[in-house]
Amino acid sequence: MTILLIFTILILISISMWQISKMFELSQTNVNTTEIADDKDNDYQGKLMFAFLVFIYLLTLFSFYQWGDVLLPKAASDHGDLYDSLMWSTFAVIFFVQTITQALLHYFAYKYRGEKNKKAFFLADNDRLEAIWTIIPMIVLAGLILFGLYTWTDIMTVEENEDAMIVELYAQQYNWKARYAGNDGVLGDANVRFLNDFDGKNLVGIDATDPNGLDDVVVQELHLPVGREIIFKMRSQDVLHSAYMPHFRAQMNCVPGMITEFAFTPIMTTEQMRQTPEMIAKVRKINKIRTKNSEELVSKGEEPLEPYIFDYILLCNKICGASHYNMQMKIIVETEDKFKKWMSNQQTFAQFIQ
Amino acid sequence: MDEQSADVCSIYTIINSIKNMSTAVTTEEEVHEHHHKETFITKYIFSQDHKMIAKQYLITGLFMGIIGIAMSLLFRVQLAWPEQSFKFFEIFLGKWAPEGVMDPNVYLALVTIHGTIMVFFVLTAGLSGTFSNLLIPLQIGARDMASGLLNMIAYWLFFLSSVLMIASLFVEAGPAAAGWTIYPPLSALPQAQPGSGLGMTLWLVSMAIFVASSLLGSLNYIVTVINLRTKGMSFSRLPLTIWAFFITAIIGVVSFPVLLSAALLLIMDRSFGTSFFLSDIFIQGEVLHYQGGSPVLYEHLFWFLGHPEVYIVLLPALGITSEVIATNARKPIFGYRAMVASILAIAFLSTIVWGHHMFISGMNPFLGSVFTFTTLLIAIPSAVKAFNYITTLWKGNLQLNPAMLFSIALVSTFISGGLTGIILGDSTLDINVHDTYFVVAHFHLVMGISALYGLFAGVYHWFPKMFKRMMNKNLGYIHFWITAVGAYGVFFPMHFIGMAGLPRRYYTNTAFPYFDDIADINIVISIFAFIAGAAQIIFLYNFIHSIYYGKPTTQNPWKSTTLEWTAPIEHMHGNWDGEIPHVYRWAYDYSKPGKKDDYVPQTVPLEKGEEELQH
Repeated sequence: MTILLIFTILILISISMWQISKMFELSQTNVNTTEIADDKDNDYQGKLMFAFLVFIYLLTLFSFYQWGDVLLPKAASDHGDLYDSLMWSTFAVIFFVQTITQALLHYFAYKYRGEKNKKAFFLADNDRLEAIWTIIPMIVLAGLILFGLYTWTDIMTVEENEDAMIVELYAQQYNWKARYAGNDGVLGDANVRFLNDFDGKNLVGIDATDPNGLDDVVVQELHLPVGREIIFKMRSQDVLHSAYMPHFRAQMNCVPGMITEFAFTPIMTTEQMRQTPEMIAKVRKINKIRTKNSEELVSKGEEPLEPYIFDYILLCNKICGASHYNMQMKIIVETEDKFKKWMSNQQTFAQFIQ
Repeated sequence: MDEQSADVCSIYTIINSIKNMSTAVTTEEEVHEHHHKETFITKYIFSQDHKMIAKQYLITGLFMGIIGIAMSLLFRVQLAWPEQSFKFFEIFLGKWAPEGVMDPNVYLALVTIHGTIMVFFVLTAGLSGTFSNLLIPLQIGARDMASGLLNMIAYWLFFLSSVLMIASLFVEAGPAAAGWTIYPPLSALPQAQPGSGLGMTLWLVSMAIFVASSLLGSLNYIVTVINLRTKGMSFSRLPLTIWAFFITAIIGVVSFPVLLSAALLLIMDRSFGTSFFLSDIFIQGEVLHYQGGSPVLYEHLFWFLGHPEVYIVLLPALGITSEVIATNARKPIFGYRAMVASILAIAFLSTIVWGHHMFISGMNPFLGSVFTFTTLLIAIPSAVKAFNYITTLWKGNLQLNPAMLFSIALVSTFISGGLTGIILGDSTLDINVHDTYFVVAHFHLVMGISALYGLFAGVYHWFPKMFKRMMNKNLGYIHFWITAVGAYGVFFPMHFIGMAGLPRRYYTNTAFPYFDDIADINIVISIFAFIAGAAQIIFLYNFIHSIYYGKPTTQNPWKSTTLEWTAPIEHMHGNWDGEIPHVYRWAYDYSKPGKKDDYVPQTVPLEKGEEELQH
């Protein structure tokens, strides 16, 4: 109902906008203006420019106060801290520059607002000044580039070691599957051409003639052991998708026809993450919103919403069609023991196609 | 008569003779008097006069802009109040909003066409097309473009591509819906989404024609700037607007053909069964025959245009801003040489940074490092420009006309939006914010809003030149302030949703309870969007009303130094009555010490012993 009201108002506003503009203009015809800013305009607009600076600052402060808690959730992967410190140091630079330059820009607009008999100061050039503001950004950016490239190399260099576990992420419109390499630790060959084998039971197109594939395990829910490097091999069967795991600061596109790669080590189990103060606060906030929404639904005679419990998520982050917005998979990070137990209950490919 | 003006004259005669052939007006005398009887068709429709063509671009661009912005308002409603039923969805979207609830496919289509229209039709053709056409001949002292005929063809190709793009909205299965970047395989396979059928074909054909239009236009601008400058108008005396248009045209010529090749290859894949971009695809229970292609190749081709496109949109806006700020600050633009150098640097770098859109596309991480390096380099000339604008305001005598306000606001959004580019250009940081709302916030501020402000600044500033009348300044002020507050209100909070990890192009966030706590941010954003959208009606009223009833202008209302204001108010073929003005100084002699007025037009010869002070 309130929404309907808002919209009636908004539509009325837009219709009346035209009329108001018209009346506004008609009401001015007697005033002898040239449509060129005079001293009075300059004075008003200059002051408004200063007010606009205040608006920008207030908007910034308000947003951080009101929504600061949604920014960048706690990192749950081993490279997460490095990523976060790069992010926050870049942010520090950005905020510093933003605050200063916006202040100068709007303050000058206010301070030097025109007056009829004033003359501007003729200043065409100053090599020294320009050298300063070419060189300083250069130095700062060089720092950021070096820090960035160091981190990038650190994250993207995938070394296949003994401990690492290889997991295939398999994307299709509109769901995710994961394939574990099984006891032999090697993923069997796969191709979309095998998808129709075994009456569609070959969910990710494993080549049944490759012995490495027989012990592979295909699941719809991603379980990861904590503290062990996971090397993801990503595939897609139809269009581009992107495997996005914001809590692990991880993302890689899934491209039909090729295998892409991303690796990280989860350092916090789902349970540990649920117990962090940030997450407790967040879940409480979300559940408050959901309770309120549920009341509305119940009053309309619909089912209430389930209370929310935190889980890591894998989202699709490359437009892939109608249900792109709902292409997700739950990620469960657990202790090695629990993981092994879970794994032992899964069917291998050979068992599944029987 | 010296050699150069002889050149100009002979070209002009050629243009005229072409015109005469096509319009069958052949009286010798009329050619010499530079105006001849015209029919409605030759004057308003198939005009070869750059001033009329500029107006045609502007009005077509504004019309497309209304559609583009209206679409964004529609999907903002869906984002703020997801999956709710609205009567007006039924009215505007018909069968695509059953019972008033927007269909997910239509949501994607709206996002796609909004992006396409705003980037190409409004900010490329509407902005650069309008002001390059209007200002290049007038500011360099030429009688028209090098080829009026090509110029006319360029506009009509643009018109045709606009018509096709609009027509695609009425196709049975809906328009293209794969995002404005139309990555294959989604865009290549009609099985993947309804929008990839006839709608996508029309999109591709429309864009191919658009590229042809853009190329004809750009080549014309380049030739005109190089060959038709009046006597004394050396490159170092060109106004920064012309520098911006000139370099923009060069980037366009370098990069637009690559988009054409991407579109052609995609058309081949779609219609003739080739496999340039497709391989190993299984869709709807069927293995397709495509083998060996790569979607990543398409991404390279697309972004080879796609990134320079950002600067094709932005540089003209910055050029307009340079001109408007200098004129209204009554001060020379600070660091003219540095401004030119930074335009050149940005143009060069813009062609070697496209990979920063593809850090996580699956390309080799080493390439990512290279593109991070080149991308962050581009911040340096950008910073120089921002600082130079700020210094131009310092100790000025600012005439705060609506055009000036929009220019100052452009610098503000250019800084706010540009700074977050440091995050997105860094391959590491891009991992977690890639394709989230953080990107949406970034590029809307730095190229969308900034370029739109450039467009508005240009319209307010050169309206008298185009329509011989002034726009109402107070309506201009109201339009500006609502827009300025609205734009930050929309895009500042958007950074927060992006940092929270919400992907863009999501029909709704309700599938993820995790994002429930950002629903209120979406409502705030949408309300700001509606207010800012409504404010554009004020502009439209002011624009249309002023064309007919605005106050008649004086010849040089803003007391500007550049050549266009020496041309008579009444439009004529050839721009100037009699001889073309000669140029004796640079375009920025504002408040020069020892001068009576606070501006010295470029046509005034240097006094004896006067230093040119040209930097």
